[in-house]
Parts: sequence; structure tokens; C-alpha cells
Amino acid sequence: MTLYLFLTLAVVSVITALLMVFSKSPVRSVLYLILTFFAIAGQYILLNAQFLAVVHIIVYAGAIMVLFLFVLMMLNLNSDTEPQKSTVWKLIAGIASGLLLVTLVGALRGSIQISTPAKLDGRVGLVENLGRVLFTDFVVPFEIAGILFLAAMVGAVLVGKRDLQV
Amino acid sequence: MLESIRQIPIDYYVYLSTLLFVIGILGVLIRRNAIIVLMCVELMLNAVNLLLAAFSTYLGDAQGQIMVFFIMVVAAAEAAVGLGILVMIYRNTKSTDISLLDKLRN
Repeated sequence: MTLYLFLTLAVVSVITALLMVFSKSPVRSVLYLILTFFAIAGQYILLNAQFLAVVHIIVYAGAIMVLFLFVLMMLNLNSDTEPQKSTVWKLIAGIASGLLLVTLVGALRGSIQISTPAKLDGRVGLVENLGRVLFTDFVVPFEIAGILFLAAMVGAVLVGKRDLQV
Repeated sequence: MLESIRQIPIDYYVYLSTLLFVIGILGVLIRRNAIIVLMCVELMLNAVNLLLAAFSTYLGDAQGQIMVFFIMVVAAAEAAVGLGILVMIYRNTKSTDISLLDKLRN
């Protein structure tokens, strides 16, 4: 049962990711990528990482992809205005990424040997446990992440201003 | 529910993440729209996130999931600044075609 769920979600995520890359209209690409993100959120639930699943949906589908869609509609990009790369370049890119896939799979095949604990702890991915780890072991990176967000916000506002008076 | 995860070998997650990562690279290589390129970068980040979360669960260690959390933070900041830069580029060139941005070549 779990295996079938995993395979279904994997097939959905790979197909929608391919559709995202190959669809002509940018708006469709964004919508397909949202579907991919939902499939990945399903994988997180399968892994019992419930906090990550919820945060993934809120941050990616709720914030980042809405931002992409918003910019896309604000710039009013139509599918027929988008230029395409030449066929030769596409062929080269396909061969290069295919070779990378073959190399990675060949290098990873049979090399992964981890010892899973005899009794898996179901509370690892819950908010209670993750919150404790985040605010004890990782409190300094957490604060630095806050500063990063502030800097990114100021930078985005400054970059986006129309006529900057310094 | 968690014990049923043993039916899935960790290799499957590794191969799925590799496949998603390579699809992201393919998208970066063949698309010319800068917004799609940014989206493919997000897809690559997600492939890595999935792998980190899978290993975190299989090893019973929460630190991998904390790392995923920080990667999401950086991805959100990157998307905001990247789209800001993109809007500025569009304002100057009236296009989001990345092959127009070759001023440093000459």
C-alpha cells in the first residue's frame, strides 16, 4: 500500500515536472510546478514529516508560486511572444542532462547502505520535536535566517523601486 | 504508519530526487524565459529537500528536517530578490529573455 502510494506520487511529480519544463505557456508551467510541489508534499506526509509537509504547502504553493504567478501576470507574458532556443541547443541540453542522470544513477546504484534504527521514532517530524531542536541546537542559524529575510526584503524593495534617489 | 515506510527502500527516494534534479537542470538549459529558469531552480532545491527529509526519517534524526526548513527560508528569500531583479530587467529591456543579457561577453 505504502509502496503504491509512493510510486503514484513519484510518477505524478515527475510527469508534472516534465510538463512544467516543456509547456509553451509560462502560466501553465507555474500551475504544473504547483502540482509537482503538492506531490512532493505528499511524499513528506508519507515520510511522517508532517511539519515539513504543511510548511512546504504554505511556503511554496502559497507564497513563492503565487509570487511567480503575480509577476508573470504583471509582466503580461504571452506564449507566442516567448522565443525558443534552437533545436541543436535543445538536443545538446537533452544529451548533457541525460548523461548527468546516467552518471548519477550509475554512481549511486547499490552504494547506499544505511542502518535504519530497529524502532523508528514517529515523533521526529512533528512540530513538538522539531521546535525543540530548532530552538536549542539551531537557535543561532534561526536568528541568522531572520536577518537574511530582513536583508532580502530590503533588497527586493530597493531593486523594485522605479526611480531610486540615493 | 511510520513502520510501513520500510516497504520503500531508501534507494527509491534517491532515484526520484536525482530524476527531479536532472529535470530541473534540463529546464534551466533549454528554456529562455528567466521566470521558468527560476522555477527550475526551485524544482532542483525541492529535489534536494526531499532527499534530506527521506534520510532524516530513515535515520530517525531531526537535523535533516531542520536543514530542509533552512533551505526553504533561503529559497523564499532567493525567489523574492530574483523576481525583483527580473522585474527591473523587464523594465529596461521589455523582455525576460535571458539570451539578451550578454553585455559582459563583448
